[in-house]
Amino acid sequence: MQQPNKLSPFFENLNFEREDNTMVINFGPQHPSAHGQLRLVLELDGEQVVNAYPDIGYLHRGVEKMAENMTYNEFLPTTDRLDYIASTSNNYGYALAVEKLLGIEAPRRAQVIRTMLLEINRIISHLFFIATHALDIGAMSVFLYAFREREFAMDLMEDYCGARLTHSAVRIGGVPLDIPSDWMKNVRAFCDKLDEEIEITYEALLTENRIWKMRLEDVGIVPPEEALSWGCTGPMLRGSGIPYDIRKEEPYELYPELDFDIPVSDTNDSYGRYRIYIEEMKQSTRILRQLIPMYDDTEPQLMAHAPQYISAPKEEIMTQNYALMQHFVLVTQGMRPPKGEVYVATESPKGELGFYIKSEGEPYAYRLKIRAPSFYHTGYLQKMLLGGYIPDVVTMISTTNIVFGEVDR
Amino acid sequence: MAQHQVNYASAAGLPIALTTADHLINWGRSNSLWPLTYGLACCAIEMMAAGGSRYDFDRFGTIFRASPRQSDVMILAGTLSKKHSEFARRLYDQMTEPKWVISMGSCANTGGMFNTYATVQGVDRIIPVDIYLPGCAPRPETLQYALMMLQTKIRRESANMNKNKKQNLRLI
Repeated sequence: MQQPNKLSPFFENLNFEREDNTMVINFGPQHPSAHGQLRLVLELDGEQVVNAYPDIGYLHRGVEKMAENMTYNEFLPTTDRLDYIASTSNNYGYALAVEKLLGIEAPRRAQVIRTMLLEINRIISHLFFIATHALDIGAMSVFLYAFREREFAMDLMEDYCGARLTHSAVRIGGVPLDIPSDWMKNVRAFCDKLDEEIEITYEALLTENRIWKMRLEDVGIVPPEEALSWGCTGPMLRGSGIPYDIRKEEPYELYPELDFDIPVSDTNDSYGRYRIYIEEMKQSTRILRQLIPMYDDTEPQLMAHAPQYISAPKEEIMTQNYALMQHFVLVTQGMRPPKGEVYVATESPKGELGFYIKSEGEPYAYRLKIRAPSFYHTGYLQKMLLGGYIPDVVTMISTTNIVFGEVDR
Repeated sequence: MAQHQVNYASAAGLPIALTTADHLINWGRSNSLWPLTYGLACCAIEMMAAGGSRYDFDRFGTIFRASPRQSDVMILAGTLSKKHSEFARRLYDQMTEPKWVISMGSCANTGGMFNTYATVQGVDRIIPVDIYLPGCAPRPETLQYALMMLQTKIRRESANMNKNKKQNLRLI
């Protein structure tokens, strides 16, 4: 028996010995397929799951509370650590929410760069999904192939912002840097390479693979009405036949000008969701190809012009007294947005990522709430796993594509 | 048969090498470090990348194991929350001697940017750490370097683990 100590003795508070014929087993929080720190308590009848309780909070870091004690620009790097597989999508969601609060808009060139970064991040995240999903099911080689392509996309991010994982590549009001010299050429080469690899590697290895289909088809069924009532978004919702994508429904950035399709699957199962992820990567390369020529028609301005909230460009700070003073105030005190509240939703690779900010006119947010898609998908596990078998539990966890930085925050 | 014969007189001398038991045992230990897949947060993704195709950890004899009972080194990759800390200690206790710990990333080293009510401010409050690896998140190359540093450390210490017993930490 574990001796209780000051470090919370509450992890064995469940009664594992039962009178009925069910068996209770513990899954996680250290499990190679738990996608981070998911702990599941499963009640089994033979091999069938009768009850499932997801226990979250093992990665709770108090991010929302931290936001209340940080200036708006200080908090931006913290958003990297939410959905750490696609950092820029969090940076962007947060920056867009603050921009809505301030009533400013990023200049055109920044918008092009941001949309490109968002799509590269979507590809990174989806490749990671394919890799881990295949690894959970037992296809080790797909993990190695997908990580090979993912490294190319990470190289693009590294060329742009210098970081591989935690990018902070977006600022409130624009982007910090223009693109490096050969970047567009590399993006184009990456798009060609990825399209080719999807065709000859992933689809060839998985799509018609007999074992893959047996493990995925009719596993992890999400009926459309349940997907809606449990708050599923992203591929979890589109896998149930509901064509809902925030890029189309409430367009932001350059998405209204771009030509792309929303893949939808009516099969409601894991296999349909896998097909959606593959198709979305193809659509992302299509978007990237359209964005490359759009860059050339833009002015070189990268940050919005709003002296009250955003520092002037470096040259002006160094030459003009007033710009220097404003820069000093913004750095030492932080920007003070007007009073009000705002909720902005963006389509992150995993679903609807929303930021709610309540401002009291102080340099610190009064309250910041993050609506993370993975949180709702984790909640749905308690319904989804019922009736499934033990080997399918891992499939169902990985098909939801949950990330615990986002769930626990 | 003849083609396998080695002329010891002209080649590298007799097939005998003199060494100490410490050297021999540590040579084996340091070249087959099997880490526990203990990804907690963002650093776990870089740990996976280190095991992936570009960085290829297998070259070092480093093969990730899913069970603490089969592993020699625990790479604690990510933020350790107070809720999780008891599991971390239990997993460490389940590992067989000899065992080493790499604390990967700022969060594991000191709590990093998360100085909040929920985060353990450094895993060395829970388990003894051998290598502290800075960065947020450290690149896969950094993890490889940390592992090489750990190998150097293992080769330096005595093979008799009782001699270099780690200080037993008391839980506060």
